[in-house]
Amino acid sequence: MLEVRDLSMRFGGLLAVDQVSLDVGEREIVSIIGPNGAGKTTVFNCISGFYRPTGGKITFKGRPIQGKPDYKISRMGMVRTFQHVRLFSKMTVVENLLVAQHRHLNTNLFSGLVKTPDYRKREEKSLERAAYWLERVGLMEMANRDAGNLAYGQQRRLEIARCMVTEPNVLMLDEPAAGLNPNETRELNELIVSLKEDYCVSVLLIEHDMSLVMGISDRINVINQGRPLASGTPEEIRSNDDVIKAYLGEE
Amino acid sequence: MIAQNFRHALFCAFITLVISYPILGLNLEAQGISIKLTGAETQTYVGIALAVLIVFLFQLFRPAILGGLGRVKALNPLVDRQPMPQEKRIRFERVALVLIVLGAMFWPFIASRGAVDLATLVLIYIILGLGLNVVVGLAGLLDLGYVAFYAVGAYTFGLLSQYYGFSFWMSLPIGAVLAAAFGFVLGFPVLRLRGDYLAIVTLGFGEIIRILLNNLTDLTNGPDGIGGIPDPTLFGMEFGRRVKVEGNTSFHEVFNIPYDSTHKVIFLYLITLILAVFTLFIIRRLIRMPVGRSWEALREDEIAARSLGLSRTAVKLSAFTIGAFFAGFAGTIFASKQGFISPESFVFLESAIVLAIVVLGGMGSQLGVILAAIAVTILPELAREFSEYRMLVFGAAMVLMMVWRPQGLLPMTRVHINLKKQEAGVTDHA
Repeated sequence: MLEVRDLSMRFGGLLAVDQVSLDVGEREIVSIIGPNGAGKTTVFNCISGFYRPTGGKITFKGRPIQGKPDYKISRMGMVRTFQHVRLFSKMTVVENLLVAQHRHLNTNLFSGLVKTPDYRKREEKSLERAAYWLERVGLMEMANRDAGNLAYGQQRRLEIARCMVTEPNVLMLDEPAAGLNPNETRELNELIVSLKEDYCVSVLLIEHDMSLVMGISDRINVINQGRPLASGTPEEIRSNDDVIKAYLGEE
Repeated sequence: MIAQNFRHALFCAFITLVISYPILGLNLEAQGISIKLTGAETQTYVGIALAVLIVFLFQLFRPAILGGLGRVKALNPLVDRQPMPQEKRIRFERVALVLIVLGAMFWPFIASRGAVDLATLVLIYIILGLGLNVVVGLAGLLDLGYVAFYAVGAYTFGLLSQYYGFSFWMSLPIGAVLAAAFGFVLGFPVLRLRGDYLAIVTLGFGEIIRILLNNLTDLTNGPDGIGGIPDPTLFGMEFGRRVKVEGNTSFHEVFNIPYDSTHKVIFLYLITLILAVFTLFIIRRLIRMPVGRSWEALREDEIAARSLGLSRTAVKLSAFTIGAFFAGFAGTIFASKQGFISPESFVFLESAIVLAIVVLGGMGSQLGVILAAIAVTILPELAREFSEYRMLVFGAAMVLMMVWRPQGLLPMTRVHINLKKQEAGVTDHA
């Protein structure tokens, strides 16, 4: 589904990402781990089109996407969340989900002004989809609250729901468990697995919580100082000497 | 703390002295060919000393004074009010709107001519405020050159009528569309700009249009302006004493009533009212449509909006274009109401007033904008005796608003959306 080959990103004299390659297949959870400042988020930003990568190739659904603007990549079916939650905080929870679905809506100004049947039908459909996902992430009661007033864990879940209403093929999660308590992390764990199992979504995940990563990943890519260090199944990674060195330091 | 306050207060007082003494306390007098420096009267010096003292004392006790102001609840009765339940509020708003519109329709027949004329101006400002509300309040793009689009609308009508004899009704859509086109064109260079930078560019754009109008003397008659702009007609009936355009009839002759100059004023008022209500409802619908939600999303978080597939270009351009469209509307009406336009009418102050209306009313709130438009236009007329201090009062009102009610008179309320419960089953997912 998603193929990244020799991705490089240079900021002036700093080579933030150097020759990183990774694959995300259909219905797969792939994680990127690495120490702080390893360049994980930069990889994300390159794939999602926030940065224009300075080298390498990114292919999504068989089409090259490097250098495409972010909104076009998102429309192709690859959406992301952010390390720091980015909600439309003065809009209500439902409105957050409706904004995300503009692609499914009739955005023709005229048909909206006179409320043509097609416009109504699509609006109705997107409300249903919003309600469905609110129910799914347990935020139904909050539907008409301002998104900014939600508790942190709820904001995290809303952000995932907001991605899911766009009906993506690949979901990119940037440290989704950051700031969550163990209980919420477990729920998140179940949610991510269910996204893969029940909704046929591939997940590309950046995470520091090792129990989460090891528990749900099909494959793991380790990055250190911008360079790929290792990749493989959780078992392989756990016993990889280089990875242990990078994380724990040499003896 | 006290020592720091004291130093700060002393500094402020010193600055006051440095600024006010040379300006007020020294006069240049021309005596023949030489210029002599003379002092002012003792009274002025006392005034300066008093001002310095006041600044000093205010700065010294500033925390106490501002804290005290914030606690004055009597002046701000809305502070502890519980919000009305959603359903009730929506119904209340709807009824209030209908009543206001009905009242506004019949009101001119009992009011004086001057009052109706003023009310037309208020309505023009309401249209402007609602239009700018789209750009500033909803899309969060600070536009300081809004008056440019107003000018485009007004001049479109002025020029079309002068050169081609277009009537009001023909020029109204043309003026609005042309203003929208200018909004679209302005949108392009400012796509990447935000906040202060955007404000400066739009400010410049507003000035460019005004200066162009001033200097394209061949076309626009420069500072002399364009006169003789026709009044709107009602199905080919004119409201003047004599028919000006061949083929038109006269209102008072058709209905066989004595000529009355107030007919024209009332008619213009009613047209403006209809257009203002039209503007209100169009924008009200837009806010609840995908395009309105994407404006707000862009204001809230541009990066998140883009990550969800919203094109920044489309969203920003649509906000600018639609905002400018309604300014063009207002401009055409204004030209018709005045019968004469010159670049003088489209100075930066107009932009500032419209912006003040949006901010005072509460960003994004339509009822708020209407209230603020009424207040900002009518209060200066009522307080004509204080006209010298108009700007002072205006500034004071702004400062007080920021202290007590930074969210505006009537802050925007969110639309309540009732959701049907969905079975959280997997099969549902299309």
